[in-house]
Amino acid sequence: MGVALFAKMTLAASIAAGTSFANEIGDAEAGEKVFSQCKGCHQLGAGAKDRIGPHLNGIFGRRAAAHEGFRYSKSMQRAGNDGLTWTAKTLDAYIENPRALVSKTRMSFRGMKDATDRANLLAYLRNFSDNPSNLPEAEPTATATDHDLDPAILALKGDPEYGEYLSNECLTCHQSDGSAVGIPSITQWPEEDFVVAMHAYKRKIRPHPVMQMMAGRLNDDEIAALAAYFKDLE
Amino acid sequence: MTLNRRIFMGTGAAAMASLSAPSVLADGHGRPRVVLIGGGAGGATAARYLAKDSKGELDVTLVEPSRTYFTCFFSNLYLGGFRDIDDLGHNYGTLAAKYGINVVHDWAVGVDRDSKMVTLAGGSKLPYDKLILSPGIDFVDGAVEGWSVSSQNAMPHAYKGGSQTELLKAQVMAMPEGGTFAMVAPPNPFRCPPGPYERVSMVAHALKSSNPTAKIIVADPKEKFSKMSLFQEGWANHYAGMVDWIGSDFGGGNVSVDPNAMTVTIDGEETKVDVCNVIPAMKAGRIAELAGVTEGNWAPVNAADMSTKADADVYVLGDASQQGDMPKSGFSANSQAKVCANAVRGALTGSKVFPAKFSNTCWSLIGTDDGVKVGATYEATAEKISKVDGFISSTGEDSATRKATFEESEGWYAGITADMFG
Ligand SMILES: Cc1cc2nc3c(=O)[nH]c(=O)nc-3n(C[C@H](O)[C@H](O)[C@H](O)COP(=O)(O)OP(=O)(O)OC[C@H]3O[C@@H](n4cnc5c(N)ncnc54)[C@H](O)[C@@H]3O)c2cc1C
Ligand code: HEC
Ligand code: HEC
Repeated sequence: MGVALFAKMTLAASIAAGTSFANEIGDAEAGEKVFSQCKGCHQLGAGAKDRIGPHLNGIFGRRAAAHEGFRYSKSMQRAGNDGLTWTAKTLDAYIENPRALVSKTRMSFRGMKDATDRANLLAYLRNFSDNPSNLPEAEPTATATDHDLDPAILALKGDPEYGEYLSNECLTCHQSDGSAVGIPSITQWPEEDFVVAMHAYKRKIRPHPVMQMMAGRLNDDEIAALAAYFKDLE
Repeated sequence: MTLNRRIFMGTGAAAMASLSAPSVLADGHGRPRVVLIGGGAGGATAARYLAKDSKGELDVTLVEPSRTYFTCFFSNLYLGGFRDIDDLGHNYGTLAAKYGINVVHDWAVGVDRDSKMVTLAGGSKLPYDKLILSPGIDFVDGAVEGWSVSSQNAMPHAYKGGSQTELLKAQVMAMPEGGTFAMVAPPNPFRCPPGPYERVSMVAHALKSSNPTAKIIVADPKEKFSKMSLFQEGWANHYAGMVDWIGSDFGGGNVSVDPNAMTVTIDGEETKVDVCNVIPAMKAGRIAELAGVTEGNWAPVNAADMSTKADADVYVLGDASQQGDMPKSGFSANSQAKVCANAVRGALTGSKVFPAKFSNTCWSLIGTDDGVKVGATYEATAEKISKVDGFISSTGEDSATRKATFEESEGWYAGITADMFG
């Protein structure tokens, strides 16, 4: 779904005052069916408990990894500490490709490519958040799926020699031997995970000022080159 | 080569092998020679990258008097009790053994740019094709009235790593109950812009538990300083009533000290103090001046490769350079070193030279698990290293973010020291 369509829907919703909130971002009823993909791990509604994943009541507006008593992955905790908060935009990105937003997340869900399915799912989830009407009005339009990476970007073949030079800049913080003290390891990743993570920083979907800045000035070829270089670094 | 065995510290077989290998003068045959002066953030990094990436094509010699390099970065954490002094020491063993760098423990005392020769205090001479200077800083004589380098035991600067830092810590720990710690802060530009203020935080942290009625006075010739609102917020939160910062508007720049009487006079008002940390105005390490590549206090360089404006075969990295927008930090020196190494290797071996990219991030610790950071990226323009983009922590961040920021700085310390020393 494109930006234009979203804008139209928001406009329509604000004209027809009193329409159900969910109309602004998608069709909650259709979303209930989509939620069957999550149900195996997440519960929702009255009496929902933590299962493989945390229950998802009240997820809108909550910090990532903030549900007490649930054991999150290190990556998710780090994202929460960095300030990742679940909004329509970040949820959409996470559901689309969990590893783009939270690289080493424990959620083994391969992602949902269909933007309409995601919008419907979000509308459904939103009904279980305490106070949806307090959510920022601008939010729905912000869910435009501009973070969907062009497959051509993922198909780019990186030049490892250029990657080696570019990596110099990373190695002031990330260690070449893959050890991780306070800063995560970035060696020997699948190239795709690396590329989607870097693009998520570049587009500022993923929080973290240092990495947003570092990724912000790398172009698509440079990101591919870095992915190719770090993949094989022992 | 007239290298003297006595001053040579080759800890590894590779280094010994290159000592016995015949070396010839620059205009002759044999491997091109790079000499680096100063084995700190800039010099150690550049030496390692040159040796690593040239895979033996270059003869790399690093001149550094100390066998153990004590980082200034994280030295404030030692003052605050968050690090041991040993955690800050690093040696050159791996650079010699694993990368085949000739590590020469001596002072460089002269550079003859016409014959392309460096003279060492021990008397030996090192010919070079390319010379890289990263000598750090020295202090401007007479910058603080009453203070000279010979007063550094009574009133330490602790702005070069190692024994000065230990001395300052011992003095802080020996302060009488309710005593006074004074700092004379430096004018711009100086090494590590947030450094003095992180130090104030860490000294306050140490005193808060050992000597909670002690006071800290800072006389500052500046109106504002790096991360000012973050530090001031932190001082109010953690050390309420302890820190009195006197900026230039209140006469903080009008200072003299008396190291014998242990007094500090700020804007005409004399105070007896127990510890006085004098951080004078700075200039490039003296060897840069001796090499004739400085103008005023610093060495102007070209942004694309860190070569000096004075001589295309002499490069200056780190604090000693005058490059434009980058702060004088270990991170900056390390970043510049990698750009320079790439360019020097390209010039000497014909390897591909990629466009310069620089970045910096400086973390500071304000209290336990209360870390903040500021950073930026830079590019090379015709006139200078020019800022592209940046960020800074904000006031009022929650404790989880601050703790994560501190943990990141620990990761960075491990990363940069591995990047320097292998
Ligand atoms: C209290 C404090 C805190 C700091 N905190 C940080 C921080 O958190 N992050 C950060 O990025 N930076 C920090 N810095 C700044 C950082 O230490 C310097 O910017 C950095 O070390 C500069 O690198 P350099 O290579 O220019 O000089 P240095 O690292 O000082 O290295 C210079 C070397 O040259 C040698 N040398 C000098 N003259 C000669 C000669 N004639 N012959 C042979 N060798 C010579 C010296 O022995 C020395 O080892 C801090 C500094 C201080 C004082
Ligand atoms: C195979 C099990 C599984 C499936 C399927 C799954 N999840 Fe998850 N989910 C998890 C786990 C485990 C976590 C915790 C992740 C971590 O800690 O890295 C999680 C975390 C989350 C979070 C973050 C929760 C928080 O408190 O920060 C959200 C939001 C989420 N999932 C939504 C979904 C949605 C929507 C779907 C369906 C499209 C889905 N998940 C499918 C297992 C799953
Ligand atoms: C100034 C220090 C610093 C530099 C330089 C740096 N990074 Fe990072 N990087 C970090 C930190 C801190 C994190 C954790 C960020 C977060 O929590 O999202 C990180 C995270 C990452 C991640 C995600 C890791 C994960 O497990 O989620 C990738 C990928 C990455 N960096 C790649 C790079 C590349 C490539 C470069 C060089 C172009 C680079 N970084 C330069 C500090 C740095």
